[in-house]
Amino acid sequence: MSTTPSTSPILSARGLHHSFGPTQALRGIDLDVQAGEVLAVMGPSGSGKSTLLHCLAGVLIPDAGAVTYHPRGRSGMEISALRESKRARLRLTDFGFVFQFGQVLPELSAVDNVSIPLLLAGTRRAEAMRRSAELLERLELDGLGARLPGELSGGQAQRVAVARALVTAPAVLFADEPTGSLDSLASENVLTLMLEFVRATGTTVVMITHDARTAAYADREVIVRDGGIGAGYRVTA
Amino acid sequence: MNNSLTLLGLLNREPSYGYDLKHSYDRYFGSGKALAFGQVYSTLARMVRDELIRALGEETGAGPDRKKYEITGAGEDKVHEWLFTPDVPSEALQSNLFAKTVIALLLGNDAEQLLDLQRSEHMARMRELTRLKQEGDLLQVLMCDHGLFHIEADLRWIDLTGARLTQLKKELQSA
Repeated sequence: MSTTPSTSPILSARGLHHSFGPTQALRGIDLDVQAGEVLAVMGPSGSGKSTLLHCLAGVLIPDAGAVTYHPRGRSGMEISALRESKRARLRLTDFGFVFQFGQVLPELSAVDNVSIPLLLAGTRRAEAMRRSAELLERLELDGLGARLPGELSGGQAQRVAVARALVTAPAVLFADEPTGSLDSLASENVLTLMLEFVRATGTTVVMITHDARTAAYADREVIVRDGGIGAGYRVTA
Repeated sequence: MNNSLTLLGLLNREPSYGYDLKHSYDRYFGSGKALAFGQVYSTLARMVRDELIRALGEETGAGPDRKKYEITGAGEDKVHEWLFTPDVPSEALQSNLFAKTVIALLLGNDAEQLLDLQRSEHMARMRELTRLKQEGDLLQVLMCDHGLFHIEADLRWIDLTGARLTQLKKELQSA
């Protein structure tokens, strides 16, 4: 059964500014991400999409402004004010990440790749393997757990990356062009399986994409332009 | 989509009653928009008049639904010609949006907002088609894909035009 996005934000960004040297990447962004929603972040290259995602996920600390995380059943916390060790812990336990080229480790089997975040978080190996295999099955990769990434198709390898990002049952999945390196059919397959899973579990997704067909899987989109949210932005959920 | 030629194409498979023809049409093409019986019978009558199809005798008490139709040689030629004549790519939306963009710039209105509103509308339709795709069989998936790729092409134009607005405004003002 799928869950309906709630109307309370799980992430709130206020007045985000960030520069890289003389380049202003973010110029005062305000954004609420609702719990359980799938949000597409679109915009031209260099518009600040990835910087925004990194600030929301606590990878980067903005020069000014604040990002607040409101986890279910726990009190809210200002991510942008946390020490790096605490942010690293949060990224491991509460957030998942998928990138364009998967970045699965080529020397490890599919199931070993998926289990990495669990092992880092202190889960016992047998339990980590069981949960990883279960998730691979959910993503229609049953029987392929022992294969190395090089022995998988691009779409299969990307589903391993998705499984690795979801194995800790994160509250928020951050995806940066998650199907950018795949052809249309493989891309559709990865997106369908990924979104079936996140909608069933109520996982919030923040997904950067250039591709309107990918963005159409989301509940709504925001356009980042010149470091700000596009002037014509409106909620079209 | 040309409904008359599509119906004629369906009749090219085998002789058929108007009633069955309507249901074939709805099954393959009528997703969310079934064809009205009245439209089927008026189209069939027109095609009989144009000698593209003929009625195969009438049964007693016959309304139009009691007639069986078959395609004629001329009808078969028509279907073949339709299938193998490429369509003129449609530019209707773009022309209208292009005109609106230029007029907005000439009037000093916010052309970027106009493009953003159109983008939102396009994205909303794409979400709708994406949902339909996930619920449907492969025929419906193909139909939705066709719509999605066309809307995506419009969106690319919108994005590129959005990026060129400043320059476009300068050129219009100096023209």
